[in-house]
Amino acid sequence: MNGPVKAKVKGVNRRQFIGNMLKTACGVGLMGMGLGIYSRQASSLPAMAIRPPGALPEEEFLGSCIRCGMCVRDCPYDILKLGQLGSDDVVPGTPYFTARTGPCEMCVDIPCVPACPTNALDHGLTDINDARMGLAVVVDQETCIAFLGLRCEVCFNICPIRGDAITLNYQHNTRSGKHAMFIPVVHSEACTGCGLCEKACILEEAAIKVFPTHLAKGELGKHYRLGWKEKQKAGGALVTPDAEHRYNLPEGVRYDLQGKGLIMDGTEEVPVSSNPLDTLNDGNPLDTLNKGLEDR
Amino acid sequence: MATKPRLGKEAVEAKGWLKANKWLILRRLSQFGILGLFLLGPLAGVWIVKGNLAYSMTLDFLPLSDPHILLQAVLAGVEPHGEAIIGVIIVVVVYMLIGGRVFCSWVCPVNLVTDLSCCVRRMLGIRTSTQLSRSARYWLLGVTLILPLITGAIVWEMFNPVSMAFRGLVFGLGMAWVILLGIFLFDIFVSKEGWCGRLCPVGAFYSLLGWKSLLRVVAEDREKCDDCMECYEVCPEEQVIRPALKGKEQGIGPVILSSNCTNCGRCIDVCAEDVFHFGSRFANQKTNLGSAEIKTKEQTFSDAA
Repeated sequence: MNGPVKAKVKGVNRRQFIGNMLKTACGVGLMGMGLGIYSRQASSLPAMAIRPPGALPEEEFLGSCIRCGMCVRDCPYDILKLGQLGSDDVVPGTPYFTARTGPCEMCVDIPCVPACPTNALDHGLTDINDARMGLAVVVDQETCIAFLGLRCEVCFNICPIRGDAITLNYQHNTRSGKHAMFIPVVHSEACTGCGLCEKACILEEAAIKVFPTHLAKGELGKHYRLGWKEKQKAGGALVTPDAEHRYNLPEGVRYDLQGKGLIMDGTEEVPVSSNPLDTLNDGNPLDTLNKGLEDR
Repeated sequence: MATKPRLGKEAVEAKGWLKANKWLILRRLSQFGILGLFLLGPLAGVWIVKGNLAYSMTLDFLPLSDPHILLQAVLAGVEPHGEAIIGVIIVVVVYMLIGGRVFCSWVCPVNLVTDLSCCVRRMLGIRTSTQLSRSARYWLLGVTLILPLITGAIVWEMFNPVSMAFRGLVFGLGMAWVILLGIFLFDIFVSKEGWCGRLCPVGAFYSLLGWKSLLRVVAEDREKCDDCMECYEVCPEEQVIRPALKGKEQGIGPVILSSNCTNCGRCIDVCAEDVFHFGSRFANQKTNLGSAEIKTKEQTFSDAA
């Protein structure tokens, strides 16, 4: 600052000037810190709010989305909304949809994505089946009528990639003891989180719901290895191979656990016939059992 | 002060109502017209413009992006797409020519609120004002640019009343009206021109954008000034007028060179003597003062005064 002359003109001396500067800087600095801290708290996404397809992970998304609403405008089904201050807990101005009232219809050309000017919706997403907006979860087995033993399968049938994202698992109904249950099972490797299943669920409150993936998905400890997969990858056992089970049987007798059962070498005869009558009708059953042993 | 005639009364008598409100009317037409264009889509299904002030697409052809918001995004780590970059270039070039703070008085929806505050303040004769520095906005601007660097999120846009107001009007307001009401009351009871003239970092950004802009208000006929003070009274950045209007003795030209002049044109309207006109920043060179020192002389009256 070219100090005294100018300061005199303005009627402010250097001390006042510096004091005022410091006051302003401190005030604004405190305000900035407040904004920063509050924004951290306020930027958690509520569980019912699902981001449009291609949305970057939440933290990156908040650094990329400029809240222009172009995706909202280019959604042909008008499902997207922008967060509003104090009314939906979504960061103001950022786009989301609510699966239960308006799920993503999974347009083949994904018009919302190219509308985004900042790559907050990743333009690399060209196949809607690769989108991961969230993950459907059968949250309540107590009310899902499939678990009650009724035929429903509405979520399975509405699923745009049914058979991959949702399959039906056949289970025995232990309550009735004689019926089958068709249980919907969601597979995270295929589910896009579009929310059509949640919308379609026939219950008053959906038993299948779409959540942001980080809420819906568990994660194994990093050190976990699935033995059977590792084995397959390596093409063989990675530890000492399992010792073949040895039955403590007399010589010349073997036991095939999954096949024929007890096998006597040198005879094709099964010691006990599959038809018990044969054995009973064929003299002394003990003779039959001891057959083959006598030969030695 | 209570006996003072209504602001602009003399001008109306001298020039007629229409001429004494010409720029105000045009400005309101601009503000509501822009808002109307954005609302035509959602309300009437006529899609001329999509988006909002942060980024918009006109007739699927003309992209426009807000340079302050895009800069925050870039600082947060974004690589904008081609259209957004073209949009920001267009906007920056236009405001560099016509004056950055033209955004404030001709586009920004918050201006409608703060103008109303000013009006109410004047009617109620409220004179109190806190010592809020006019340079605070530049500090805040710095904060809005540092926060995305630190947090990686576009923090300011969670709070920005300017984008929130416009977006709210086009996409749904939520509780954003509370913030606007806050600004309205703040400007009336706490600080004169408190938001637009002292705090708003968006305005600060645009003022920097128009640092060397061409289009300026020029006090061409400053000799005719009869010291009625109405231009100071009506101006949202009154400190910008004095050098141009009263600087003749110090050899300062008649062009209002401060980048905080919003080119609202209210001083032109309200002046019964027709002292002010829109002109170019080079009008200083053409003045009858003619001396060489004028055109190079920088204004010593700082905005922070």
